[in-house]
Amino acid sequence: MRLKEVVERLGLEVLAQGDPDKEVNWAYTSDLLSDVMAGAQPGDLWLTIQRHMNIVAVAKLRDLAGVVLAKGIKPAQEVVGKAQEEGVALMVSDRPLFELCGELYQLLRGRG
Amino acid sequence: MERRVFAYSVVSTGSFDDVGVVSTEIKRDLEEAGVERETVRRVAVICFEAEMNLALYTERGGNIEVVVEPEKVVIYVEDDGPGIEDVEKAMQPGYSTAPLWVHELGFGAGMGLPNMKENSDFFELTSEVGKGTKIHSVVFRRRENAA
Repeated sequence: MRLKEVVERLGLEVLAQGDPDKEVNWAYTSDLLSDVMAGAQPGDLWLTIQRHMNIVAVAKLRDLAGVVLAKGIKPAQEVVGKAQEEGVALMVSDRPLFELCGELYQLLRGRG
Repeated sequence: MERRVFAYSVVSTGSFDDVGVVSTEIKRDLEEAGVERETVRRVAVICFEAEMNLALYTERGGNIEVVVEPEKVVIYVEDDGPGIEDVEKAMQPGYSTAPLWVHELGFGAGMGLPNMKENSDFFELTSEVGKGTKIHSVVFRRRENAA
C-alpha cells in the first residue's frame, strides 16, 4: 500500500511529505533508536513516540517509508525542517500508538 | 570500481541533535560511489552506531574512515576517549553503562556494538582504558542484491 493511502486511511497529519507514492511494505514500532536500526526493514513505516532530531537520520539511514509520531506528540520545527530537507516523510496523529498499530496491521494485511 | 577512501571526523558536542549527520553523509557518499543499496544500509548502521558512541562517550569525538573496494567496504573507527573496561560485556546485547537521561532519549539500549557486529562480516574492537578505542569492520559486497 502506498504511503499516501496509509496517510488517508489512518487520518494522519503530514508535516513533511517525503515520497507519498512510496510503498509501505510493513511497519515497525519502537522508541529505541538502536532497536529500529537493528530491526526495521527498508520500506517499513516507523511508529513511535520518540520525537527528537535523530529520528530523521534513523529513517533516512534505514530507508524507511516514513515516521509516524503518535499520541499527539509534536516534533520541534527543526525536526520538521530536517525531515523536509532529507526527503523523509513525517506524520503525526493524536491517537495512541496501540490503536494506530492495530489499524495499520489490518490495512497492511489486506483486511482493512 | 577503484578503491576509494572517505574520511570523516565526528565532533563530540554533548548534544544528540547532530548525531546522524556524519552517517547520513557517509550513506550519500557511498550511494554516489555506486555501492549497492544493501551494502550501504549495513555500512550505515555500523557508522551510525559508531557515530553515536563517539558523540556519547568521548570528550573529543573521533574519526571514521570508510574504504570502498571492489569486493568489500572497510570501516575504521578511532578515538582517544575513555576506553572500554570490559569489552566482552560491552558486546553483550542489552549491556549499557549509559545514564538515565540518555535512555530517555532512546539511546543507550546496549545494542550499539552488537548491531555493529551483526552487520559486519568481520568485526574487531580493541580498547585500552584511558587511551581510546579502535574498531575495524569489514562488510563484503553482495552484488546479486544490487538494487
